[in-house]
Amino acid sequence: MHGPSSDADFLAEVIATTPGAETLITCLQCGTCGGSCPSGPDMDHTPRHLFAMINAGLRDEVLRSNTPWYCVACYYCMARCPKDIPITDLMYSLKRMAVREKLYDDRDAPDWSTSFIGMVDSYGRSFEFGLATRYHLTHSPLKKVGVGPMALEMFSKDRMALRPHRIKGMNQLRAILDTAKAQEAV
Amino acid sequence: MRYAYYPGCSLTRSAEPYDLSAKAIAAPLGLSLEEVDDWNCCGATEYISINKNAAYALVGRNLALAAQQGVSKDLVAPCSACYLNLRKVDHYMGVYPEIRERTNAALAAGNLHYEPGAMQVRHLLDVVVEDVGFENLKERVVRPLDGLRVAPYYGCLIVRPQWNGGRGASPEQSGGGGVDPEYPTHLDRLLRTLGAEVVDFPLKTHCCGGHMTQISADTAYELIRRLLHNASEYEADLIVTACPMCQLNLDAYQSQVNRHFGTSFHLPVLYFTQMIGLAMGIAPAELGIGREVTPAREVLGRIGAAAPTAPEAAPRRKRDDKALPMPRRREEA
Amino acid sequence: MTERVGVYVCHCGSNIAGTVDVEGLAQWAQANLAGVTVARDYKFMCSSLGQELIEQDIKEQGLTRVVVGACSPHLHEKTFRKACSNAGLNPYLCHMVSLREQVSWVTSDKRLALEKAKALISAGVRRVQLHEELEPTEVPVNPNTLVVGGGIAGIQAALELADAGYQVYLVEREPSIGGHMAQFDKTFPTLDCAACILTPKMSDVGQHPNINLLSYSEVEEVSGYVGSFHVRLKKKARYVKEADCTGCGICIEKCPKRVVDDVFEAGLGYRKAVYRPFPQAIPKFPVIDRANCTYFERGTCRACEKFCPTNAIDFEQSDAFLDLDVGNIILATGYDLFDCAKIPQYGYGRLANVFTSLEFERMCNAAGPTEGKVVLRDGVTTPRSVALIHCVGSRDKRHHPYCSAVCCMSALKFGHLVMEKTGADVTSFYIDMRPLHKNYEEFYDRLQQEGMHFIRGRAAEVTDAARLPGEEGKLIVQAEDTLIGRQRRVPVDMVILLGALQPRADARETALRFGISCSMDGWLTERHPKLDPVATMTDGIFIAGTCQGPKDIPDSVAQGAAAAARVQGMITTGTVMIEPIVASIDEARCSGCRICNNLCPFNAIDYLEDKGVSFINAALCKGCGTCVAACPAMAISGAHFSYDQISAELEGILYDAVRGNGHAVATPEPAAAGG
Repeated sequence: MHGPSSDADFLAEVIATTPGAETLITCLQCGTCGGSCPSGPDMDHTPRHLFAMINAGLRDEVLRSNTPWYCVACYYCMARCPKDIPITDLMYSLKRMAVREKLYDDRDAPDWSTSFIGMVDSYGRSFEFGLATRYHLTHSPLKKVGVGPMALEMFSKDRMALRPHRIKGMNQLRAILDTAKAQEAV
Repeated sequence: MRYAYYPGCSLTRSAEPYDLSAKAIAAPLGLSLEEVDDWNCCGATEYISINKNAAYALVGRNLALAAQQGVSKDLVAPCSACYLNLRKVDHYMGVYPEIRERTNAALAAGNLHYEPGAMQVRHLLDVVVEDVGFENLKERVVRPLDGLRVAPYYGCLIVRPQWNGGRGASPEQSGGGGVDPEYPTHLDRLLRTLGAEVVDFPLKTHCCGGHMTQISADTAYELIRRLLHNASEYEADLIVTACPMCQLNLDAYQSQVNRHFGTSFHLPVLYFTQMIGLAMGIAPAELGIGREVTPAREVLGRIGAAAPTAPEAAPRRKRDDKALPMPRRREEA
Repeated sequence: MTERVGVYVCHCGSNIAGTVDVEGLAQWAQANLAGVTVARDYKFMCSSLGQELIEQDIKEQGLTRVVVGACSPHLHEKTFRKACSNAGLNPYLCHMVSLREQVSWVTSDKRLALEKAKALISAGVRRVQLHEELEPTEVPVNPNTLVVGGGIAGIQAALELADAGYQVYLVEREPSIGGHMAQFDKTFPTLDCAACILTPKMSDVGQHPNINLLSYSEVEEVSGYVGSFHVRLKKKARYVKEADCTGCGICIEKCPKRVVDDVFEAGLGYRKAVYRPFPQAIPKFPVIDRANCTYFERGTCRACEKFCPTNAIDFEQSDAFLDLDVGNIILATGYDLFDCAKIPQYGYGRLANVFTSLEFERMCNAAGPTEGKVVLRDGVTTPRSVALIHCVGSRDKRHHPYCSAVCCMSALKFGHLVMEKTGADVTSFYIDMRPLHKNYEEFYDRLQQEGMHFIRGRAAEVTDAARLPGEEGKLIVQAEDTLIGRQRRVPVDMVILLGALQPRADARETALRFGISCSMDGWLTERHPKLDPVATMTDGIFIAGTCQGPKDIPDSVAQGAAAAARVQGMITTGTVMIEPIVASIDEARCSGCRICNNLCPFNAIDYLEDKGVSFINAALCKGCGTCVAACPAMAISGAHFSYDQISAELEGILYDAVRGNGHAVATPEPAAAGG
């Protein structure tokens, strides 16, 4: 099926960027992944459906799908797939491709990940308080009603640091990460 | 036995009780947990969503440092997500030459290098079960957890994924494999060794929702609710976990879940290391007990209070009993 | 005397000619290779015209040797040998060189291909001149046949041979014949009662004058070769004297020890320590299960002995051994069912109301543990909804990559039986529906009309953790309904798992014992998957039924009959030709070191004590050459693989290093000092 919305190279690209994904072309469309997924009912396409779309070259629709962003990385699909398809890793690849091409309708999830790694890039460690404030205040703060009280409870149990911890080898880490990021995309 | 210890970001604060309790039980169990010097974040599920090469390199630095520091061949992670990331990168570097080359090229920029297989990535739970063993553990129990009904919650990443399909693969080869990915029993057995009554609730490897609490609260709360509901259905007094993310979701968000669904769960969530510590007679404060959001104090008061129930003798088969025999079960792990 | 060699280079259409310059090769051979009288190239040497070319040249040009450069000898060695013998030339003076499998199919580089082709033709030409005329040996075929396995395939094979007038030994390791088919309730698509169509055949076997039924017996050892196999059988002790037993069954009634019947009842029912697997068992004699008998455990009870009216119980019995001579062997050893507990998310073994297909067959069977009632594990409750899960262990890289061929049809059958017996709702969870054979698709249509539900989605899990209304107290099958793209949870009372058919646990041992091969999966290997499904690479040994691969009853019966037909052909011919490409030991050179004895993969080498030398049984020898290479005294020579012949072949390959084309290989330059 070829047409303006179909991209025959898309499948090859997805496979190339995901370790072990050559098996994707042997997908039986059995639906074990879609059947196992804990967040499946909230996805606009089940993982299986998404793979059929990849096979059909529907690049735009696939990358716009909310499916990878709803993946909780529980690995049930990958553990049960009868064809050894690295489904969870494929979800990560689709996230990366969507971010690179800015093809998502809901910014929340991509922004969360971007903010998280921003902390890691600065300190070498995650910094929950900084992450939470930076992220939640700019992403529909009114929806996140529960976060405030929860954060307070975490503070009261001394489970939330107010200041980040920066590792000693930050220069080393930065050099490593910069080199990695300059390598072949995605 | 010495282990290179990779606590992970959560254990520095939000899951500090896990770290405290792990260290408290280490020496009595003969484990020396020596922290990898200047370790960095493993990237959780976030880094790999944005940049793969950097995500691998990020983890690679930890593997390289641990190997370089030469404390031990074993690299122990108490956090299931860190455990997954460390073993995934080690495994992929071993299997895919391009990943190995690229990651080492990045590490070289920091004067580091990692040979895949140099470190054996282990989860703290596996170290206790495999290296200490149930017999040794039993000998150190001074205060059996009688009267406590515990639900062992494994979560996802201790038992999945299993490269090599978990078939005949040694734990080294399959990186965490060798256990049943759907119905593991080693944590059950550990808790039973401590004297607790273990509740075999079926959702013990279902996902807690991970970071979905930040992305889509509805989705996450439903996943958390299912677990709390199932454990409650089976009349668990408390849930025992081995992952900071699971603990956070089930514990800190419990009141959110109650509000969202109109439920009234009160299920404390503790780490298995805290349970071991309690059974070994270590003071609760030393184990970080009291810092859980859903307080465990009341439930823990039940330890030793009720007389342990004698195991029910298997009922004799009645002559006219029409029940069909169950298939023979496999031995417990 | 110089030989006159004809060289024929086949184009094989473009298979060879597309890569190898076949014309040039033939010309080169004619011009450069000593001994070549004529060299031709031709489009299809295997065609009758191609063969006639050879025949003509032999007659007209007085050829004494023939080399054909074409495909692999596996395919056409016989063809060209026949062509030679038609023209009066001993067929073993013909040699085939593989220019296809070994040249044109391994490289697309034309220059390299031609170089290798030249080397191979040159080798062939040199060695064929040292070939000797050989005659195949004729050995007699013992008209008795051994059939191993008393399931439907074995029964069919045995009956056909016996009806044709030949003696058959039918060996079955269970106390009764019948195999898996005896366990079934109904068969698809006709819904015939399995026992009703099977037991008449079983009866025939039991009564047939030409069938020697050796039940509760196993093959211990096999030796010999096609036409003359020697088989040692173990007749396991029944502890019942067959001559005295009337089959009245009082011993079974009186036996106080009840155990779970893991074999015939698939673990769903019970039997006594002394038992018959099922009422229509053939033979009718019961068997005492020594491992579970109170007398053997503690020395007490002996109730069966006390109550037996004909004094047929004999606790002193021991295993007996029987030696048989047969001409051919048919293996029909059947399959095992996949252990569904290996897929833990389906809950088999943990959730009470999850059953396997075999358990369910026993449940539906009127002679089974529930007298044919479909009930839950509690033995009393009728289910109101049932789920059927296809592909449990099949089409799964983690377990069995293949499709088990019968499960879709079994699922339809089960659906029908459930609805007929209980009126329950039935839902099948499938990946693909595979009703492949005659009337199968119509059966699928029938079940659709009967109201069976079908969800296209491999079941992800079976759980008892209720989540939604209506799930309390049920088993919930969660799957993606792929045709609507949505995850569904279907609450049911009972789940039936259509487990894979897999090779018997001891299939590999069986293959080894009989000297045949089995695949990686463990299925016994047929000689050719398309054209020879019942023969094996070992002459005289045939396979039939599910031991060759998953299949339904009609196919098992057909294979049983096909194997019997092949054997009948051999028996009526009376003799069989053994290939003369065998090794022989020069007694004078043999020192009796016996290194060769254990190396022979076909157990063809014996040691003669009195002479102190080893001896090769030409009928067993397959000419593999292992012993030839291993003998430290160079006392063993293989016909067509003598040292001279192989050396000639090597010289041929090194033709461009041979000076003067036919003279000894030039001495290589000594290595430069310092290496």
